[in-house]
Amino acid sequence: MTKAVDILTRPVLEVSDLHVRFPASRNWLGRPTSHVHAVNGVTLTVSAGKSLGIVGESGCGKSTLAQAIIGLAPYGEGRVAIDGEDFQKAEGKRKRALRQKMQIVFQDPQSSLDRRLPVWRLISEPLHIRGGHSRAELRAKAEELAVAVGLRPEHLDRLPHEFSGGQRQRIAIARAISTDPELMVLDEPTSALDVSVQAQIINLLLKLQRERGLTYLLISHDVALVRHFCDDVAVMYLGQIVESGPADAVLSNPRHPYTQTLLAAAPSFESPLPDIAQVRAGELPNNRNLPDGCFYRQRCDRIGGGCEVGQVLRRLSESARHVRCHLAQT
Amino acid sequence: MMMTTGTAEPRGQALAINNLSLEFPTFSGAVKALDNVSINVAKAEVVGIVGESGCGKSVTTMAATGLLPKGRYHITGGNVRLFGHSTLSMDDSQLQDLRGKVVSTIFQEPMNALNPTIRIGRQLTDVIMRHEEIGLVEARRVARDILADMLIGEPERVMNLYPFELSGGMRQRVLIAMAFSCNPGLIIADEPTTALDVTVQAVILRLIQNRARRTGTAVVFISHNVAVVSQLCDRLYVMYAGRIVEHGATRSVLETPQHPYTQALLRCLPERVAPKQDLEAIPGAVPNLLQPPAGCYFQPRCKEAVEQCRSRSPQLAGEGGQQVACWRRGVAAELPGQGGRQ
Repeated sequence: MTKAVDILTRPVLEVSDLHVRFPASRNWLGRPTSHVHAVNGVTLTVSAGKSLGIVGESGCGKSTLAQAIIGLAPYGEGRVAIDGEDFQKAEGKRKRALRQKMQIVFQDPQSSLDRRLPVWRLISEPLHIRGGHSRAELRAKAEELAVAVGLRPEHLDRLPHEFSGGQRQRIAIARAISTDPELMVLDEPTSALDVSVQAQIINLLLKLQRERGLTYLLISHDVALVRHFCDDVAVMYLGQIVESGPADAVLSNPRHPYTQTLLAAAPSFESPLPDIAQVRAGELPNNRNLPDGCFYRQRCDRIGGGCEVGQVLRRLSESARHVRCHLAQT
Repeated sequence: MMMTTGTAEPRGQALAINNLSLEFPTFSGAVKALDNVSINVAKAEVVGIVGESGCGKSVTTMAATGLLPKGRYHITGGNVRLFGHSTLSMDDSQLQDLRGKVVSTIFQEPMNALNPTIRIGRQLTDVIMRHEEIGLVEARRVARDILADMLIGEPERVMNLYPFELSGGMRQRVLIAMAFSCNPGLIIADEPTTALDVTVQAVILRLIQNRARRTGTAVVFISHNVAVVSQLCDRLYVMYAGRIVEHGATRSVLETPQHPYTQALLRCLPERVAPKQDLEAIPGAVPNLLQPPAGCYFQPRCKEAVEQCRSRSPQLAGEGGQQVACWRRGVAAELPGQGGRQ
């Protein structure tokens, strides 16, 4: 592909200081009086043809981040740029063109596919919306895409309920790649699937990335999957990135106390079940009133002087890694 | 062989499921959900059942504890002994005496297992007072103690809350407290941590393990997550399409898997493959149990299948505690009662 040559270092997705908050309560005038702070200042970059994994516990804001990037959740502060262009500021034709460049695959293909449309219509729906294709062209394109994701041409006239979970996820992937996007946001694409089916879907996504130079943003809670699938990883806690860097380095030698806890708790063949004290389990702090100082302070076992001020994401010396903890710098 | 037949019952056995076969009648025919499933759990032992969705993990234990809806299924063979009770022939009230007192189940989704309109404390004391001859004050004390044992801070306050006021991890801990509250001899944990975060999962598994060890309770742990099972269980059964395909000590099954399905299942996991390399997916799909394939059920997806595999079903066999149902691994016997209803 010619596209693959000129893009090696170009960032496809740039998110800077993104804040997403939702009104939690309103006064009698309908004005919000308190907010749920879902994403609190996220900055990240994904280069073309690379994969970034976002890991974290439920409620940490990883799905909201994905939705804000794709334009499904409005944000007040910050900037999301696709290919260097601000998506939320773009208007009219420009916005539609930008929207074609990114697609999302959701966790549950059962609810993300219209159950009354046949497969070929589902797959070609984004092209239909873009317009300019005849019915025959759409069908031919759908067939080509279906084959690319491992479905068979005879599946094209069936309805979603006739497929297994793995096949439905293939349909969702075919639909996502139909507009030839540059960025694919994968929001827990395999967590509803069995491991043998997960393996098929992961292989398919890796193959598509090799063939089409796709850029992936993978949202997942499965650390082993992220380590396998992604070049880089960002660990989120309470709407912030607490640690980021190359997946292998971060996940084999975590520096932030939260990443260490998360990895100790992840089920593994090598290590026995961790002790309860080791896990530092606890609830995420309430994200209506963000805590002062380090967000992880209440659960951290290394709390000491310096934790009462807000932490910033700092680069570790001579590496591509960033950690939001003053103790990790030494 | 560890499999027991007939009514002979080894001492110290908590649960003995012998050659259980079960069908669900549907309009399109009988779904053969279980075929000659034998599972033995000794007292104070932690046994895992792993397999993919629809392989019969939950049906096995639900049938054994009489939780399947009456009249919607047929037992076509086998028997179940639960601490000497033959549960398959019991009526509802006899089963209710057993549940909670002799065997308890922890389900995956605690919100569905708790009554949303009744406070936590009442739900706990109801169970305790059903089985123990104690009054409300004493029952509340027992409930409070067991909640505290599940590391729930302020158990008094939690007992006055409704289920929706608790987080998923808290609800699951309440459910575990409820399961352990009458000191049953056997706990069935049916994917108790699948809906939870890994940190919460680790704590829940520890709580189950600690309490079971201290009270000598046997645990049957059902999961699709092999890594979790490897951390928790002494022995392990691998199920595929309603049959047990391999069984043995957890360590030996995971380190030297024998059955092609177990081997493939372990090779699917991203943990064991270099980054960005293709995972070894199992081709094809799980067989339709309305019309299961002849012979070994895994044979259509198996790379090693030979003629014998396509015509005859292998029975579990093996030495040294690890048993496998595969003709290519030197199995001698055919599964009995083939095609009772074909």
